[in-house]
Amino acid sequence: MTALDVLVRLTIVLVAFLTLPLVVGQAEHKIMAHMQARVGPMYAGAFHGWAQLVADGVKFAQKEDVVPAAADPWVFRLAPAVALIPYLVAMVAIPVGPGLVGQALDLGLFFVLAVLSIGVLGQLMAGWASANKFSLLGGLRTAAQLMAYELPLVLSAASVAMAAGTLSLSGIVVAWRPWWLAWQAIALVVFFVSALAELARPPFDMPYADSEVIFGPLTEYTGLRFALFLLAEYAGIVVFSALTAVLFLGGWKGPFDGTVGWVWTLAKTMAVAVLVIWIRVSYPRLRADQLQRLAWQLLVPLSLLQLALTGVVRVLTA
Amino acid sequence: MTDDGRTVPGAGLLKGLATTARTMGHRAVTAQYPDTQPELPPRSRGVIALLEQNCTSCMLCARECPDWCITIDSHKEVIPAKEPGARDRTKNSLDRFAIDFSLCMYCGICIEVCPFDALFWSPEFAYAEYDIRNLIHEKDRLGAWMATVPPPPPLDRHAEEPKEIASAAKAAAKAGPPGDPE
Repeated sequence: MTALDVLVRLTIVLVAFLTLPLVVGQAEHKIMAHMQARVGPMYAGAFHGWAQLVADGVKFAQKEDVVPAAADPWVFRLAPAVALIPYLVAMVAIPVGPGLVGQALDLGLFFVLAVLSIGVLGQLMAGWASANKFSLLGGLRTAAQLMAYELPLVLSAASVAMAAGTLSLSGIVVAWRPWWLAWQAIALVVFFVSALAELARPPFDMPYADSEVIFGPLTEYTGLRFALFLLAEYAGIVVFSALTAVLFLGGWKGPFDGTVGWVWTLAKTMAVAVLVIWIRVSYPRLRADQLQRLAWQLLVPLSLLQLALTGVVRVLTA
Repeated sequence: MTDDGRTVPGAGLLKGLATTARTMGHRAVTAQYPDTQPELPPRSRGVIALLEQNCTSCMLCARECPDWCITIDSHKEVIPAKEPGARDRTKNSLDRFAIDFSLCMYCGICIEVCPFDALFWSPEFAYAEYDIRNLIHEKDRLGAWMATVPPPPPLDRHAEEPKEIASAAKAAAKAGPPGDPE
């Protein structure tokens, strides 16, 4: 792999990292609006508000960067980067087509899951460093929520790795067969729900519940740092949707995957992202006890059941 | 719902998704206001317009106004007698007719009470000002709004005729068949 090759791959990943979250964000603006019988942004960019997020970005860049007097300034300033960069790093390892990957890793799945759990630290840092009780409460809620949902997330991902017999994301897609949709259906649901909770997306947005803790860990943030946190949320949707597509929906597999495989990956990723938005619009927020009960009493047993099922089928078909 | 009245687990979740999807299938009724003007019904209470030539400065509107937002100034003009031995006539001439729209509460009593049909509702609503004192609108501005007054809506089916038409018909019948010279 030459230096130029690495540069091109990383540039493509960076461009995808900067554009796909905006596409998802704009899709959320419009889909959510229409699901609520509104029309959403209509002015920015003249055609159905397509440039709304660009305008938002300009607005955020113009705002004053406020650091509360009592805050821990270094941790406070660093938190958005810690929240955002893991998603960029995770994107490097996610394959879009055969060979179309920032950096193919034999331990891809392990790497991605390990990196993604760092992003949580950004939220905790923000909550702790803000010197604000709402931020702290939100940060602790994030911690409790992510503690609960990390386990089913990893267990359901492990089920696919077991089925494919490899931790390489490309290897999993190569090993994937359509009947896995039924075989790994439980893992698919558990992974998707846990991913929603990891992202603190509604209905799992208790850490940011505006009626209770204002905006949780992000309460004291303004301007570009706040924008970075928002970007991290949408980058997270892209990464987790892409992971769902790669692990459970066969990635680039589909008709004509020899030539347009990457289109299949992107289409599946976007379909999952739309489902994330759809669920946000449809369901009310879960309470703390409901959140914990769903994770420990339903998702963890289900993912263990899926692991057992995967093991049995592996042994029987081997 | 199953036959014994219990819901299938997850049925409510699917119902929620179906509801939002169905809403997305419908067209939003949002009107983009500055680009598309609203279609207001004929009796919309936007602003009060003045038909100056109908006003006799009788002051009824100014006196009935609950918050005294109408100001009227007038003077009498003498119309000299046309024939010898006849009396001179006087006529009220309107100098100033102003409505303070910072006080007006759009009750419409002035319009109801005007015996000479000089005041009308106009659906015009975009007359905001930067200073509250600029909301006092004089008779030229009130008169300009007459152009925006819509024709009265047609009567409902089987509605009673307006009193004016009935009394005019009665007067015509009293005067005799049309074309019959007096």
